Amino acid sequence: MSTTTTLAPNADIAVPKAADVPEPSRRVRRFKVGRLVTHIALLLIVAIWTLPTFGLLISSVRDPDQLALSGWWTALSTSTISAQSERLPAAGTAVVEDGLYTIRGNLLGADDNRTIRTFGGTATTAGANPVGATIELRAGGTITVEENGDYVWTSPTPFEYTTAPRISYVASMAPRFTLENYSTVLNANGIGRSFINSATVAIPATIISVMVAAFAAYALAWMKFPGRTFFVIAVVALLVVPLQMALVPVLRLHVQIAGMFGIDGKGYFAVWLAHTGFGLPLAVYLLRNYMVGLPREIMESARMDGASHFQTFTTMVLPLSVPALASIAIFQFLWIWNDLLVALVFLGSQDEYVVLTGKLVDLLGTMGSEWHILTAGAFISILVPLIVFFSLQRYFVRGLLAGSVK
Amino acid sequence: MLDQALYAVLIVAIAVLAFVAYYWGANWILDRSLATNATMSHETITRRDRRRSRIRPWIFLAPALIFATVYLVYPVFETLRLSLFDRLGQNFVGLDNYQWAFGNPADWFRSAVDATGAPIIDPATGLPMTLYKGDPTFWRSALNNVAWLIIVPSLSTAFGLVIAVLADRVWWGSVAKTLVFMPMAISFVGAAVIWRFVYAYRDAGTEQIGLLNAIVVAFGGEPQVWLGIPWLNSFLLMIILVWIQTGFAMVILSAALRGIPQETIEAARIDGANERQIFFGIMVPQIAGTVLVVWTTITIIVLKVFDIVYAMTNGENNTQVLANLMYRWTFISGDSGKGSAIAIVIMIAVLPIMIWNIRRARAAEGAL
Amino acid sequence: MASLKITNVNKSYGNVHILKDINLDIESGEFIVFVGPSGCGKSTLLRCISGLETITSGTIAIDGRVVNDVAPSKRGIAMVFQSYALYPHMNVYRNMAYGLKLMGMPKDQIRQKVDAAAEKLQLTKYLQRLPKALSGGQRQRVAIGRAIVRDPKVFLFDEPLSNLDAALRVQMRIEISQLKEQLPNTTMVYVTHDQVEAMTMADRIVVLKDGVVQQVGSPMELYEKPQSMFVAGFIGSPKMNFLNGGFADKFGANTVGIRAEHLEVSPSGGTWSGKVIYSENLGSDSYIYLDVGAAEPVIVRQSGKAGYQAGDTLSVTPRMQELHRFDASGKPLHN
Repeated sequence: MSTTTTLAPNADIAVPKAADVPEPSRRVRRFKVGRLVTHIALLLIVAIWTLPTFGLLISSVRDPDQLALSGWWTALSTSTISAQSERLPAAGTAVVEDGLYTIRGNLLGADDNRTIRTFGGTATTAGANPVGATIELRAGGTITVEENGDYVWTSPTPFEYTTAPRISYVASMAPRFTLENYSTVLNANGIGRSFINSATVAIPATIISVMVAAFAAYALAWMKFPGRTFFVIAVVALLVVPLQMALVPVLRLHVQIAGMFGIDGKGYFAVWLAHTGFGLPLAVYLLRNYMVGLPREIMESARMDGASHFQTFTTMVLPLSVPALASIAIFQFLWIWNDLLVALVFLGSQDEYVVLTGKLVDLLGTMGSEWHILTAGAFISILVPLIVFFSLQRYFVRGLLAGSVK
Repeated sequence: MLDQALYAVLIVAIAVLAFVAYYWGANWILDRSLATNATMSHETITRRDRRRSRIRPWIFLAPALIFATVYLVYPVFETLRLSLFDRLGQNFVGLDNYQWAFGNPADWFRSAVDATGAPIIDPATGLPMTLYKGDPTFWRSALNNVAWLIIVPSLSTAFGLVIAVLADRVWWGSVAKTLVFMPMAISFVGAAVIWRFVYAYRDAGTEQIGLLNAIVVAFGGEPQVWLGIPWLNSFLLMIILVWIQTGFAMVILSAALRGIPQETIEAARIDGANERQIFFGIMVPQIAGTVLVVWTTITIIVLKVFDIVYAMTNGENNTQVLANLMYRWTFISGDSGKGSAIAIVIMIAVLPIMIWNIRRARAAEGAL
Repeated sequence: MASLKITNVNKSYGNVHILKDINLDIESGEFIVFVGPSGCGKSTLLRCISGLETITSGTIAIDGRVVNDVAPSKRGIAMVFQSYALYPHMNVYRNMAYGLKLMGMPKDQIRQKVDAAAEKLQLTKYLQRLPKALSGGQRQRVAIGRAIVRDPKVFLFDEPLSNLDAALRVQMRIEISQLKEQLPNTTMVYVTHDQVEAMTMADRIVVLKDGVVQQVGSPMELYEKPQSMFVAGFIGSPKMNFLNGGFADKFGANTVGIRAEHLEVSPSGGTWSGKVIYSENLGSDSYIYLDVGAAEPVIVRQSGKAGYQAGDTLSVTPRMQELHRFDASGKPLHN
């Protein structure tokens, strides 16, 4: 609790490096082993922490068929598809070529990514004959199947069968990466619309809550009025009030008030206000902690210069609090963007309102095994937070530290 | 889509401008209505100056106060009230909702008996009749929550500490920390999809696309429907939260470790302590306070955990937790009485942490 | 022209009584220094004059007008803070123009005033710089410039030199003294814990201790005629030698005080004799610590290099006209 709140994430490491210690030579060797263990242990942990997300990313750009057939870690290798079969055409389609009754065709159809490896006349013999071989069919004649699926079935006598025979085959598929999954979820599954909904919820809710919190934090940090200490402690108390408490009463209130104006109690306005209210204690708490730490003499100097509190706030405190405002805005934005419950309750799950998280839960329910849809959808939903995270990590970390390490 | 985007931009602008207008407008009106100029008497100027500085704090605070009251303070009392009313919040039912959840404590360890004290036999089953001991799903959820409360904070804190220590000893430590920290940015729902994929199950004999089953099969095991196995499935859900929260613990503890005065470590080394003794004897005691803060912060998050369960299993196969149960009763079954009673139970669970926080804040403010 | 009249001023924080019945009459154009040990209330008194602190009782009047409830910015005062309190996100020009802008002064007039102040303080070259790009002395000058442009009737300084290194402190001390010459009509109130600053700069010095004014007077009055043992010990360096018990009885006092520079040295036959325990050579002067059997060694000043070493026996005689005699309550006894 004595740690400072201003440590940057990449500040010089103060934890002792054992290497700095002069050790007798006997121990140096042992230490190197320890060092190797450290590297390996950390590598293992990082792998465990990273692989699930990495797998999601890889899967989302794989061919949907391959995704359903093999694990994402095999994405670069050719996958083998277990035996499938195709019915040959009716006997009447045969033509006479070079004196033989001939039926030509392709087992795979056009534009197929697959390659046939082996084939056979029955399901059990699918793996029996390599491509290019010629085998006899029980329905008569001989058939040759090529790698690309083309087959030639010939017979010296006319074909006479009522039920066409099936050719079974084992095919393989070259690895293929595609952005099709993304265009599918963006358009057909409504993720694109949800993305805009999420932004419509998160951006104003973030701005409003940071603005409301900043004014309140300044008042609690630098203004004199009766009951200030009480309000500061109330903020701390409200930090832990569970969201669940608020859902029913606030929704009822929204519906009642909206009902007076003859409008729906749910909607963007409702969800902005709700997010602002729920996020307020943490934002006020963090910002006040920061503002209290600004130099007192600067505030006093501004006061001597004739600045009112409003002028001091806008011309001094706001410019000097940019780092804190940034980290709180990031917090608020991530929390709102990633929220499910508040949006579910105050916005609903109809298509025109549903946010990304809600849409994703919906997809999990209705397309639980369509992994090409789920992985692409999930990646779109975590894309914005990841961009925010990687570009503004410093501020994010600073905010965390200010909030927790007092 | 473009229409919708434009509409979104428009309402965003209006909403933000409304708040800007309030703050700037209210302050402008205050400065205007109590304006001073050189022609006024000194007394008037002084009186107006004082009045302005007395009013202004409330202009700054008003929106925050309204938000906090409407969205946090009022709901606490209203939920308490609703928990004593029936499903639609119309008729007072006393403690019935709590009795539905907990049963009567006096009955917890008793069976039904007749006037003579002999057990009553249920004619339908031929077994002794049991007394109502509360809603089994509620008990199961509460028990699950307790398990979450023990496992998630302890694993997150432990992993966080280990990673913080290890990462500070290798040159690629900051990269490692960034990668471990990354899940913090991912939503619980996004994490649910990621881990559903890890836990995915395919029939035995076909190729597994879920990482966990693929590993099990590679070592010669049978693939499992992980999320259908009671107890283990709850643990697998907890893993997701641990995966998310470890980064938080790591960042805070890493900063705390760096905050330890280097001199204390050097002094211990001169005194002949080895690395392990330095870590447990010198470093850990100095960050004990921070460990406690990390622990309680994660505890609060765990108590509110909803999204993960809702998205992964929706409480099926004995994975229910209180927050999700509360959501079900309130919004699926439409019983605000039972839902509110469950919310109050969650509130009571966070109460000790709230009191502890208030004490710390009071000490910091120097007000008793 | 602005006089400053402080009448029966008290200031308490809860039960803690910081200022006790302060009465001061400061004349227009005077340079007044508040001096005293830390915690004596000198900064609090300054902040009460500025209006940053409200007083618990009494009145503060500037130019005959009671300003107890007047906002700080409307008292006609300007203040230079200990940390300078420069606005870190504004350049030098904007730092100096900020107060004028808030007054609603037209832009060209602001420019004129800021340029004139910058000229006077040799800051013209640095007007576009941010405070962090300035040296300590330059920052100090910006803080003074920011105060000058407001044309204050009363100029307040709150330990403005304590953040500077020793060499710069001497230089800035001279610059502030010159400023006083340039602004003869401005009353200046200066707070410091350093009695050298007080002695060199002040027209009059106010010595405070525990929230009570100990003595008000010109530097030489305080040096020559301290009204208490506290003032006698606080003003002057090194500290005045105090002797009591048998040493003082001889002079009919409870305690006698004599400054190091007012002791005549002789090998023997003086009033007090003893062994040298230590001698400090400063080049121009030297100080000899002499154990004469009192509670503390007597410090004696000699010009030039000390002619004595530890262990030597020495005799000293106080100049009688410079000897201060005090009673048991620490008040001076007059003949």
